[in-house]
Amino acid sequence: MINEEMVWQALNEVKDPEIPVVSVVEMGLINSVEIEGNHVVVNMTPTFAGCPALHIMRDEICARLAELGAEATVNFVFDPPWTSDRIQESAREKMKTIGLAPPARHGGLIEVDMLGVVACPYCGSDNTNMESPFGTTICRAIYYCHNCKQSFEKFKAL
Amino acid sequence: MTPAYKAALIEYLYMLADDELLLGHRASEWTGIGPILEADIALSSIAQDEMGHAEVLYGLLEALGEGHPDELAFARDLPYWRNAIFSELPRGDWGFTIVRHYLHDVAEQVRWQALAASSYAPLAQVARKLLVEEKYHLVHSQTWVRKLGNATEESHRRMQAALDRAFPYALGLFEPTELEAVRVSEGIAPAEADLQQQWLNEVVPFLQQAGLHVPAEETAEGWRPTVEPVYGGRQGTHTEYMEQLLDAMQFVYRLEPGAKW
Repeated sequence: MINEEMVWQALNEVKDPEIPVVSVVEMGLINSVEIEGNHVVVNMTPTFAGCPALHIMRDEICARLAELGAEATVNFVFDPPWTSDRIQESAREKMKTIGLAPPARHGGLIEVDMLGVVACPYCGSDNTNMESPFGTTICRAIYYCHNCKQSFEKFKAL
Repeated sequence: MTPAYKAALIEYLYMLADDELLLGHRASEWTGIGPILEADIALSSIAQDEMGHAEVLYGLLEALGEGHPDELAFARDLPYWRNAIFSELPRGDWGFTIVRHYLHDVAEQVRWQALAASSYAPLAQVARKLLVEEKYHLVHSQTWVRKLGNATEESHRRMQAALDRAFPYALGLFEPTELEAVRVSEGIAPAEADLQQQWLNEVVPFLQQAGLHVPAEETAEGWRPTVEPVYGGRQGTHTEYMEQLLDAMQFVYRLEPGAKW
């Protein structure tokens, strides 16, 4: 019998393809799972509505759950919507290891994070500034560190 | 859901989705040729966002029995499109692109904010989500409008020309339609005139601060446009630009409908 714990454990092994050190669970993408026999419904909420990795994650979730003998359906839902406050602490630390600054917790006030001080993920300096609110993917902004002379990216607050 | 409610909702979702997709398509035309690298990346990201928003909105239409999002985007003939003509206009120069995005971005802020309280819960949920994403677009376009409005004589001249051309079309974003009264009485969406007023009160002072002349005058009730709006898009009347756009955008899909990639 497939139980909820097995499903969450399996989901925790499915990585976000754009941040391959972090799982879909740590990113706070899974709203809920429903199990009926060997059929599993995963309700997943996108970071950005236009995220091109969504369909990849859906396929990978289905493939991983198939290893448990489950037939999975992944629904994209918006209630409650994803916010960057849902990114778990473990994921924030892992993001830094690949040179990606995590968003600050904003409690709903996105503007504060947009203009706030961002620590360089390489040297920790606060002497940084935003170069562009858009980066290599729709969820990232480009920053520059004046201390270690290195450009880096930050996961946008949402 | 009564048939009248459903019809009014469907009409509206096409308006929203079609604007998002075409604005995204036009933004994507800057990929690889933006004036500076960051601008190129920004427009490419914005294109991706807007197309994603369109996909979500077409998904709401699919749930109402209107067909798969791919079909709605790539197999629908011109008279069935409900975008404002504003969204189909060619991308123009960088000034026009920025002005169009700015006017659109404020309209979206005003609209999504209001729709967060829509009586149609799936639309309200999507509105709350898109509202936040769109904030980044607005910051981007505001920054450029401020920068270019007062930078040099040439940048000012081009921005003013872009605004003169864009403004009557932008007013067409708020074109009234047949089923609007149902939407208002059913709480699906606010009246277009109310949204337009909020939009004017926001964009006119901002553009003026950026050194631009706006064809509007201040009255006791707020700002009023002094030019006629360009309507038609919401009724399915489009320009030659729309034909060219659909030819380009739908070309591959129509070669082999249903092809798997």
